[in-house]
Amino acid sequence: MTTTVRNVVRVAPPPAGPSWRGRLRAPAVFVLVAVLALVVAPLLLEPFRLGLLAKYLCFGIVALGIGLAWGQGGMLTLGQGVFFGLGGYAMGMYLKLHDAGGDLPDFMVWSGVEKLPALWVPFENPVFAVAFAVIGPVVLAVLLGSLVFRQRVRGAYFAILTQALAAATVILLVGQQGLTGGTNGLTNFFDLFGQDLAADGTQRGLYIVVAAVLGVLYLVAWQLVRSRFGRLLIAIRDGEDRVRFLGYNPATVKTVTFAVSAGMAGLAGALFVPVVGIISPALLGVVPSLELVVAVAVGGRFSLAGAVLGAVVMGYAKTSFSEQFADGWLYLQGALFILVMTLAPKGIFGLAATARDFVVSRRPRTGRPLMSTGTADIGGPLIEAQEPRA
Amino acid sequence: MRNSAWRIGAAIAVLATGLAACGGEPSTTTGGTAAASGGGDTIKVGLLHSLSGTMAISEVTVRDAELLAVEEINKAGGVLGKQLVPVAEDGASDWPTFAEKATKLIAQDKVATVFGGWTSASRKAMLPVFEKRKALLWYPVQYEGLESSPYIFYTGATTNQQIVPGLDYLKEKGKKKIFLVGSDYVFPRTANKIIKAYAAANGMQVLGEEYTPLGHTEYSTLVNKVVAAKPDAVFNTLNGDSNVAFFKQLKSAGVTAEQMPVMSVSVAEEEVKGIGVDNIAGHLVAWNYYQTTENPANAKFVEAFKAKYGADRVTSDPMEAGYNAVYLWAEAVKKAGTTEVEAVKKAAGGIALERPEGTVTIDGENQHMYKTARIGVIEPDGQIKEVWNSGKPIKPDPYLKTYSWAGGLT
Repeated sequence: MTTTVRNVVRVAPPPAGPSWRGRLRAPAVFVLVAVLALVVAPLLLEPFRLGLLAKYLCFGIVALGIGLAWGQGGMLTLGQGVFFGLGGYAMGMYLKLHDAGGDLPDFMVWSGVEKLPALWVPFENPVFAVAFAVIGPVVLAVLLGSLVFRQRVRGAYFAILTQALAAATVILLVGQQGLTGGTNGLTNFFDLFGQDLAADGTQRGLYIVVAAVLGVLYLVAWQLVRSRFGRLLIAIRDGEDRVRFLGYNPATVKTVTFAVSAGMAGLAGALFVPVVGIISPALLGVVPSLELVVAVAVGGRFSLAGAVLGAVVMGYAKTSFSEQFADGWLYLQGALFILVMTLAPKGIFGLAATARDFVVSRRPRTGRPLMSTGTADIGGPLIEAQEPRA
Repeated sequence: MRNSAWRIGAAIAVLATGLAACGGEPSTTTGGTAAASGGGDTIKVGLLHSLSGTMAISEVTVRDAELLAVEEINKAGGVLGKQLVPVAEDGASDWPTFAEKATKLIAQDKVATVFGGWTSASRKAMLPVFEKRKALLWYPVQYEGLESSPYIFYTGATTNQQIVPGLDYLKEKGKKKIFLVGSDYVFPRTANKIIKAYAAANGMQVLGEEYTPLGHTEYSTLVNKVVAAKPDAVFNTLNGDSNVAFFKQLKSAGVTAEQMPVMSVSVAEEEVKGIGVDNIAGHLVAWNYYQTTENPANAKFVEAFKAKYGADRVTSDPMEAGYNAVYLWAEAVKKAGTTEVEAVKKAAGGIALERPEGTVTIDGENQHMYKTARIGVIEPDGQIKEVWNSGKPIKPDPYLKTYSWAGGLT
C-alpha cells in the first residue's frame, strides 16, 4: 500500500541520487546493445540468420508495446496481432500493387476479382501505406480504448475482448479471399522502393532499419515510463480506483498507452512484411498474439528491456528448437515457458534484477535507482488480485 | 534470500542447458555443405511438412512415405553412388514458417531439393523462396491448378486429372443437380469456380455453394440447406476434421449414398479412418491412386510401408505422390548426372516410371505429371474400390487451356 503511494509521489529524482556511475549504467548498456545489434550482428551473421534476427526484432517491437500496455499499464492485451496485421496488410497491399504494376495482384486474378477493389486504391501510394500502418492501429485502439476503458472494463474482461477481436479479424480476412488473399494471405513480393527484396543487401538494410526503429521506440517508451505520465500509468496499474479518487482520469491514460502500443505493433507489422515476405491471417490470430504475451512474460513484463528480450529469446528458441528437434520442439518450447515462469515469475529480466538485488543486499547502499524493473516488491499482491493468471 | 538464490541458480542452469541444446550442431547435417554440390559422398534432401498443428495428422503420413523412398533408394545404392541424407523440418501448419524453413534448408543446409507442403497456402508461401533462390520443390498433393512455377514439380493431380473426371463421372451417372460444399480457402473456392464453369457448359445445375471455416465442426444448418435443395449429388471440397462432422450430420439427417452421393476430393484412406467408415461408406471419391490399386509396384509399396510403419497403417494418394516424388527426382538426377537444379529440371521432362498408381510421366513444360484419374467408392472395410478410371494417364493441364468451357477462368 504505502509503496504504491510513495511510487506516485516520488516523481522528482531524489536529491541524493545514485552516483554518476549508477546513472550512466543504463545508457551504457543501451549503447553497447545498440552497437552489438547495428554493427556486430550484420558483420557476423550470415544473411539467412540476420533475416531471422530481423524477424525477432519485429516481434520485439510488438513486445515493447505489450510491455508498455501490460507490464506498466496492467492492460493484458491478447489481441496485439490485430494491430500487427493491420500494419502488415497495409504494407503487403502496397508491395502487391507495386509489383503488379497497374495490373491486378495475382491472387485477385485466381479469385475471380475483375476490378481493383476501392479499398485497395489508396495503398498504391507508399506514403499512405506506411502512414496507415501506424495510424490505422492507433485509431482502432483509441476507438476501442475510449469505449472500453470508460466503461471500466479491465482485467480478464479486457483480455477476452481483445482476444475475441483477434479471432474475429482472422475469420473476416479468411472469408474475403478476393479482397485479402484469404488463408494464403499476401506473399510473393519482389521489390521494395526499387530494391530487390531477394538481394542480401536489401535484407541487411532492412535489418538495420528494424533494429534502429526498435532502438528509437525503446527510448521513446523508456522516456514515457519515466515521465509523469508513466508514473500515473503505473499507479493506475497498481490501484486504478485510488488514482481516480486523486482526480485523474484513468481511461485517458490507458487509452493513450493502448494506442501507443497499437501503433508500435502496426509499425512492426509493416516492417515484418518485407523482412519475411508474407503476411497471412495465421500471423495475427489468437495464437500468435498469445505467443507474444508469453514471450513478454518470459522476458520479464515489468521491464521494457525484458519484454524485448523475451520476444528475441522466444523467437530464437522457437527457431532452434524446431531445427534441432523437428518432431517434438513444441514440448521444449512449452517446457521453457513453464520453467521460466515457475523459477522466475518475473521473467528472465526479473531474475537478473533479483540477482543484482541479491548482490546489492550484501553490501547495503543508499539511493537505489527508482525504476520499474519489477525488482522491488511494488504492488505485487495488488497485481495478482487484479489480473488473470495467464 | 536463500530461496531466491536457489531460484537464480536453478533458472540459470536451466537456461544454460537450453542454450547448449540449441547451440549443438544438428545431427542430420553431418554430411557437410559440400554434399549438395556433389563433392561429398552424401546428398542432402529436405523434407518440409507440418509435424505439428492441424495439418500434422495428414502431412506426417506423407513425410513417412518420403522417408521410406529415401531409405529404399539408399539401400539400392543411392543416387550417383551417394547416399541420401534427409533433413526434416517442421512447417508447423503455419505458412510463414514454411517459407522460413524452406529458406533454412536451401541457404544453410544446402539441400539438393526439397519435398514438401500440403495446403495450397503453404505452397504459395514457399513459391517465392524457391523461385528467388532457384531451388527445387516437389509438391505432392492434388491442388486447384492455375499455377506452374518453374521451380516446383507437382506430383499430385491438377484439376483436369481429378475434379474434371469426378464431374464427368457424375454427369455420366445422370446427376444433373449438384450442391457444392467446401472449406473456406483457396483450393475449394477455385475448385468450385471451375465446377460452376463446367456445370454451365454441360447442362448441370449448381443448386448451392456453401463454405465453412477450416476446422469448422457444426454442420446441422448446412446439411439442412443441402437436404432442402434436393440435389442429385454433393461435390465436397471440405478439408480435415470438418469432414467428420459433415458426414456424421449427413447420416443423422437420413441421407444415404444411394439417393445423394457425395463426391469428395480431399478424403482418402487416412481420412476415412478418422471419419468413421459407418458414416461415409458408399460415398464417392476422386483420386489417382488407392491402396487397392492393382499393380506390382503398389503391392511392393504397400508391403514395404506396412513393414516399416505397422500393419494398421494405410497408404493414400498424397502419400503415394510424395513417395513418387523422391523416385522421380532421383531418376532426373541420374539422367542429369548431377544434382544441379537447372540440369535436373532439364533432364526431368519425359521421365516415365512405373509407380504404384501406374505409369507416371513428367511433363517437361509445366512440370506436372501425366496421371490416371480414378473414381472410387468407399467400402465398409474402409478401403476404396475403384469404379472407374480414365484408361490412360491424362496430360496435365493446370490452366485448363484445352477445355473450351474453362476459357473465362484464367
